[in-house]
Amino acid sequence: MLSDQEKQEIEAELAHYERPQALCIEALKIVQKHRGWVSDEAIRDVGEAVGLSPHEVDSVATFYNLIYRREVGRHVIHYCDSVSCWVMGCDKIRNQLCQELKIQPGQTTEDQRFTLLPIPCLGACDTAPAVMIDEDLHGNLNSENLKDILARYD
Amino acid sequence: MDRPLTEWILSESLPIGLKRYEALGGYEAARKALAEMEPKAVTQTVIDSGLRGRGGAGFSTGMKWSFVPLGPEVPRPKYLICNADEMEPGTFKDRYLLEGNPHQLIEGMILGAYAIESEVAYIFLRAEYHRSHQVLTEALAEARAAGYLGKNIFGSQHSLEIHLHSSAGRYICGEETALLNALEGRRAVPRAKPPFPPVVGLFGKPTIVNNVETLYNIAPILQHGPEWFQKRSLTEDAGTKLYGVSGRVRKPGLWELPMGTPLREIIEEHAGGMCEGYQFRGVIPGGASTDFLVSEHLDLPLDFESVAKAGSRLGTGTMIVLDDRTCPVGMVHNLQKFFAHESCGWCTPCRDGIPWIEKILEAIDQGKGRLDDIDLLHRHVKHLGPGRTFCAFAPGAMEPLQSALKYFEDDFRRHIEEGRCPYHE
Repeated sequence: MLSDQEKQEIEAELAHYERPQALCIEALKIVQKHRGWVSDEAIRDVGEAVGLSPHEVDSVATFYNLIYRREVGRHVIHYCDSVSCWVMGCDKIRNQLCQELKIQPGQTTEDQRFTLLPIPCLGACDTAPAVMIDEDLHGNLNSENLKDILARYD
Repeated sequence: MDRPLTEWILSESLPIGLKRYEALGGYEAARKALAEMEPKAVTQTVIDSGLRGRGGAGFSTGMKWSFVPLGPEVPRPKYLICNADEMEPGTFKDRYLLEGNPHQLIEGMILGAYAIESEVAYIFLRAEYHRSHQVLTEALAEARAAGYLGKNIFGSQHSLEIHLHSSAGRYICGEETALLNALEGRRAVPRAKPPFPPVVGLFGKPTIVNNVETLYNIAPILQHGPEWFQKRSLTEDAGTKLYGVSGRVRKPGLWELPMGTPLREIIEEHAGGMCEGYQFRGVIPGGASTDFLVSEHLDLPLDFESVAKAGSRLGTGTMIVLDDRTCPVGMVHNLQKFFAHESCGWCTPCRDGIPWIEKILEAIDQGKGRLDDIDLLHRHVKHLGPGRTFCAFAPGAMEPLQSALKYFEDDFRRHIEEGRCPYHE
């Protein structure tokens, strides 16, 4: 069931669109903001709120890479693996992340601290290689500052 | 004013607010146009200026606006959408504008909406631009409080509301009809054209989709006139352009320069030349989906026409440099991996073809390729070319591949013949 807060936020968005179905993505993002990810139950909740079947909502949810259909850790690391970051050595950054966190891309650490995911170009190419942790952008990464940056997230 | 897009920007971390924007002359153009000009005259001014879309396709902005039906009989609301879904790999120009001077976007959107008689607008912002979201939210609130958005803007009959929509990912959202589907809450697959969005767009209503940098040009054009705008350029394509450089150069960055600035000047002067120990080998001039240019093109003026004549596209104008120690096969493999990932899956050649290309490139890159793989890649370039797929995604993906096969064929052969990547020690 949607919480009162979620309901309120979804209703506030309703005025911005011609049809309630258009709210599907906004509603998924609102639910994810509060619950961390989008469970099957969340899919049904969103469907009821915007007038779509759970299958229709799921077809939308699974299309967009920033809607998480599996549980994620307390912090999500998105490492850019697009061309500018590749030229500047993002493979090394990814390998170091895998090594330090003892996970592969797509996985979450055992202590639920970090989930590691690739992301297309973050628009930080002049400071490549770059990662985004939660909502924070970090550029000009190397093996040393990466450690310090990770330490800021507990 | 020589740099109309960036001259007022102090720094990305400190966006200029409404007060400062107005003190510099901001909102004068919109105020004047809404009081004194007919919507058609605004469109005509933009046509006369020669402004071409800065998202990459380079279509005349004023012409696009002129396709929107006007008058009381037309279905309402009509929509203006700012495409701020900056996801072209190697591109970081729109973020700089949004986070430095958000009111110039709002003023451009007021003018654009007035020209096409639209009363509802959206800014479609990529999800990862959290800072831009915050800056835009504050600027929109300021503009609303001042009466520059909402009912009867500047005391005119014209009303406009701008909504900020934060996306949920996927590169294909930058394709304008896919963007419309995303805004309608659907999977972002492209739509068939015709009908074109200016006639049948968002929710079936007439809709204009313009790139961020395009809209930043509108207020200066109205303020200073089409002739002034044309004089900002070194060539036939009018205005200034945001050029960016990333890769192994001394000073990667972004600069607003006259349209038609030569490639050599951008790389050697503005980007400070190549890093110590690295040589220039080539460049993709305008994001992932443009053809490579090489040393012989260094004196090319970077405008729409000249780059097209050289067999590539200006695209977004933000270039990625290939140096002599980076493997061109690896670079193209990285690009095709991106495109394989981001294909929306709607049409078969793109959904199935690009992953095959990626697998072939991976094999070659790892030294497991066969000589006939090169022919196979050439065939795929043809099969995924213009006219063979539902939208421009796959043909765009083929651009860096076909030009890499042309300019770096020896590198492909060496990988296959030596059974290894010659760039790996």
